[in-house]
Amino acid sequence: MAAPQAIVIGCSAGGLTALEQLLAGLDPALPQAIAVCCHTGSANVDLMCELLAKYATLPVEEARERAPMRGGVIHVAPSGYHLLVETSRRFALSVDQRVSFARPSIDVLFESAAEAWREALVGVVLTGANSDGARGLLKVRQGGGVAIVQDPADAESPTMPTVALELAGADHCLPLADIAPLLNRLCLP
Amino acid sequence: MNSPAGKAKAPDTSLEDIEVELFVRALKLRHGYDFSQYAPASLKRRVLQLAHAQDTGNVSELTTRLLHEPGFLSVALEGLSVPVSEMFRDPDVFLALREQVFPVLASYPQINIWQAGCAHGQEVYSLAILLEEAGLYERTQIYATDFNEAALQQAREGIYPAREAQLWSRNYLAAGGRHTLADYYSARYEFIKLDQRLNRHVIFANHNLVTDEVFCEAHLVLCRNVLIYFSDPLQDRTLALFRDSLVRGGFLCLGTRESLDFAPSASDFAPVDAARRIYRLGSRSAGRD
Ligand SMILES: C[S@@+](CC[C@H](N)C(=O)[O-])C[C@H]1O[C@@H](n2cnc3c(N)ncnc32)[C@H](O)[C@@H]1O
Repeated sequence: MAAPQAIVIGCSAGGLTALEQLLAGLDPALPQAIAVCCHTGSANVDLMCELLAKYATLPVEEARERAPMRGGVIHVAPSGYHLLVETSRRFALSVDQRVSFARPSIDVLFESAAEAWREALVGVVLTGANSDGARGLLKVRQGGGVAIVQDPADAESPTMPTVALELAGADHCLPLADIAPLLNRLCLP
Repeated sequence: MNSPAGKAKAPDTSLEDIEVELFVRALKLRHGYDFSQYAPASLKRRVLQLAHAQDTGNVSELTTRLLHEPGFLSVALEGLSVPVSEMFRDPDVFLALREQVFPVLASYPQINIWQAGCAHGQEVYSLAILLEEAGLYERTQIYATDFNEAALQQAREGIYPAREAQLWSRNYLAAGGRHTLADYYSARYEFIKLDQRLNRHVIFANHNLVTDEVFCEAHLVLCRNVLIYFSDPLQDRTLALFRDSLVRGGFLCLGTRESLDFAPSASDFAPVDAARRIYRLGSRSAGRD
């Protein structure tokens, strides 16, 4: 099986704290391109990037329209826009209707990323109080990618991981503390 | 290693992608609407949503209806167009327009503004209000265009769900509004209706950025969150259209997350307020005098 080339991460309620822990645990040598969609991120994406950069071991930037999804960088979806990945692996934004009350929507990011990266993608669903992300994770798995879900029992808000597990299942379901080490194992050459 | 000569390699394109491509071709061949230069990922999403909303089993059925059913074109266009907007969306942009652009506009005896992709008109009314408060509206002509006829009709009426009013009022104040937004609308039941006096210098017209040409000489072009739906070449063509529509020194305002990094025509514009995506047509441009 080919090594993953990209990671997409989705979270909602409780997500910022979870992200801090997850991003702090990533090996700084990870070559994968990483994109994050967090509903409860600040309306000011600069601020959110700054906050996450305090913890992250890799550079954090806003995902910019038309820019390529770059390896070794954590790209954060701006608030108010859906973030999509084109098959050219460049980012695209849209202000289409909200999906499950959310814009950016995790489903939109995951579904488009699944088409762009197919089996070279890892999708991660973390804590959240809604059902966004489940359909996206299903698409990741159908494309041959790897699905990771935070153990609902360990999540600040268990709904999102639970719905994702019900609809898509997962290759790995584990507590937050174990997710970064797993990603490092899966993703380092 | 190589597959034997004559044996076709399985194509990489998924069935869904083939169907979407055929749908887009049908739309162009049958009706002249060309979506082939739209950013693929979000276009595909909207086509699939349309199929879902129309309860057709697949996109091919949409194509059949498009070809054979008179009247289905408008349904399809509605589905593919994204008339999602807000009054004073990104209030700091409207504040910047008021503080940095209006003083220059004030030097013209007659002000022409083109708002391209006006959706349901929220931004047109926002502009009209700010121009009125700046004392400029009497000599302004706003051309508000979109290619979605149903959206234009709603824009003309200026009726919106009342639940939006709270956010819009906050936006209005953050944009430097001098009164309260409620001074500009009447509330009835679940709806608000914008004061139709705000329409007195607005022409709502159908204009397709893919196929239609320059139609006015503008001092300000406002086109926010439309170019994000276009591929690089179409974005570039559209920017050239704006350049050719603007007077020398005219202003262009785009959406705050739109990037010009991939458009050669962007070099005709110099940033006035880069973070708010406000540009000015530079003197080295090929635009008309
Ligand atoms: C997301 S809305 C933007 C509304 C508003 N400018 C804003 O930012 O709030 C995009 C609008 O662009 C219009 N549009 C898309 N393609 C177009 C085209 N080729 N010509 C004219 N309008 C187009 C759509 O119909 C839709 O109303």
